[in-house]
Amino acid sequence: MKTHAIIAEFANPGELMHAAEKVRDAGYRAFDCHSPFPIHGMDDAMGLKRSPVGYIVGGMALLGATIGFTLQTWVTTDAYPLVISGKPMFSWQTYIIITFALFVLFGAFGAVFGMFRLIRLPRLHHPLFYSERIKRATDDGFIVSIEAGDPQFDEEATRAFLTSIGGTNIELVRGE
Amino acid sequence: MLEEAPLVQGGLTFNGITEKISGIVETRTPSLWWLLFGMALSLTLVLAGSIGWLFYDGTGVWGLNNPVGWGWAIVNFVFWVGIGHAGTLISAILFLLRQRWRTAINRFAEAMTIVAVICAGIFPAIHVGRIWIVYYMFPVPNQMDMWPNFRSPLLWDVFAVGTYFTVSFLFWYVGLVPDLATFRDRAKTKIKRMVFGVMSLGWFGGNKQWKHYELSYLMLAGLATPLVLSVHSVVSTDFATSMIPGWHTTIFPPYFVAGAIFSGFGMVLTLAIIARKVFSLQNLITVDHLEKMNKIILVTGSMVGYAYIMEFFIAWYSGNIFEVFAFINRGFGNYAWAYWIMFLCNVITPQLFWFKKFRRSIPIMFVLSIFVNIGMWFERFVITVTSLSRDFLPSSWDYYSPTTWDVLTFVGSFGLFFSLFLLFLRFLPLISMTEVKGVTPEADPHHYAHGNEHGGAK
Repeated sequence: MKTHAIIAEFANPGELMHAAEKVRDAGYRAFDCHSPFPIHGMDDAMGLKRSPVGYIVGGMALLGATIGFTLQTWVTTDAYPLVISGKPMFSWQTYIIITFALFVLFGAFGAVFGMFRLIRLPRLHHPLFYSERIKRATDDGFIVSIEAGDPQFDEEATRAFLTSIGGTNIELVRGE
Repeated sequence: MLEEAPLVQGGLTFNGITEKISGIVETRTPSLWWLLFGMALSLTLVLAGSIGWLFYDGTGVWGLNNPVGWGWAIVNFVFWVGIGHAGTLISAILFLLRQRWRTAINRFAEAMTIVAVICAGIFPAIHVGRIWIVYYMFPVPNQMDMWPNFRSPLLWDVFAVGTYFTVSFLFWYVGLVPDLATFRDRAKTKIKRMVFGVMSLGWFGGNKQWKHYELSYLMLAGLATPLVLSVHSVVSTDFATSMIPGWHTTIFPPYFVAGAIFSGFGMVLTLAIIARKVFSLQNLITVDHLEKMNKIILVTGSMVGYAYIMEFFIAWYSGNIFEVFAFINRGFGNYAWAYWIMFLCNVITPQLFWFKKFRRSIPIMFVLSIFVNIGMWFERFVITVTSLSRDFLPSSWDYYSPTTWDVLTFVGSFGLFFSLFLLFLRFLPLISMTEVKGVTPEADPHHYAHGNEHGGAK
């Protein structure tokens, strides 16, 4: 089994954020900070860019609205034209509600499925799960993981570095 | 700034919160749960039975007559959809408004929404009479080249409620994922580990996940906010776009939305009071939380009361004799008893919440929340039935009464509601651990900075 990452535990959200800043400043890129809840300001501390989820939502929502409006226009003017209470065939005012509903529906699909695509979930397993300690991150643990894929990664040096910034319970995670 | 009471009381640590919420589902199933679930499941069978009889015999088993062609089915549909609105209001609108107290109640309020919308969806589906062609409601290409009528508010309803259910479900599930990961990591048996492992989708709480997750959640809240306001507006157009005196009014959409939020908070309050008692959640769902909900009930109840009175004023002001008649008939005619039950439960009794003593008294608020549920059911009954039973030709006037099957179907829908809700309480985290941890002062990274003893960042 090859090395996947080194993880180190920190005492609280404040320490985790300072650690993230130091790992970032030390030049690591393939690292992550695990916590039971999102920590305000952590994106900056890790040097992460803003999530593009918003653009996905916007694109999907506009797609949904377009589909909704086009479908209704096509059905009422071409595929199945019926005079309903004397309204013109192209009575766009009555299409607004379904157009809006599909705008929201597709936008929500974009938000959820776009997000899961971005974070590469769902997946049934992850090498990090070979560690027992990482489980604390869903309870009350605050954990930094530096992945072996990082160009700067070196088992000894990274371990020493994590100790020097105050990490405890340092552990090597091996996985396929 | 005034110092507010902490949202989480009793000095719970992060681990304490995990233990408290996970403990509810990890301990042995209490016998009280089995008792309640057995009762609820029996009522669900009553629902299944009465629907089966309806399918076998047709809508004639209901008390519908001429001119009252819309009876309890529509009343129950509007009632259940309305209940759902509080969950979305709490999870989406209060989220956008940064009302951090929502974290203690949003999860089970959202579950209540989903269950209520399921109950609501049954009624329009079964009321069509010819159930085997219910798919006509959807724009499905078919051999007859027929399409639904997109100009009809009834079809708007299909899309609005369908979207509402889907978005509420996604919102709820996205919120559940980190908590399910907690369950997975605490699981003692292999089956639990696998089930929660699949359900939590492989979540491990890295900030590279949280970054997208948080924005996605915000986007869902932003989408759900106009959606929840639109759903009951669309429901109200079922009535408002028809030419029936008492229905054909422009006040309907806002009035229905206010009523929906009002009734939903009534139901959330009923469930929250029971849940915090049964599961000893007094430190998480505090009296402050309940008081805030009571304030919302007071506000929305007063809005509903304003709408009732304004309807009468506009009827008079319009100078239209049919409109005037419809409202005088509503308040003093053949269904006056229903009107005054509604008025008492929705307008008069919630006014007690002006007094802090009543807002913080558990027995009082429990009784009042039940009153709200009753009153809002009667509101829909009054709107639907009074206008229809006294239609344009006095020779066709008739009095509508439900049959046993109407009653059994409605009572049975409560069975379905409570069965699904009890299953949720038993198997899923009924309070969002992630979000509750996130609003404790210890979750703020600046809480640990030097000089915190001088107040620190809030």
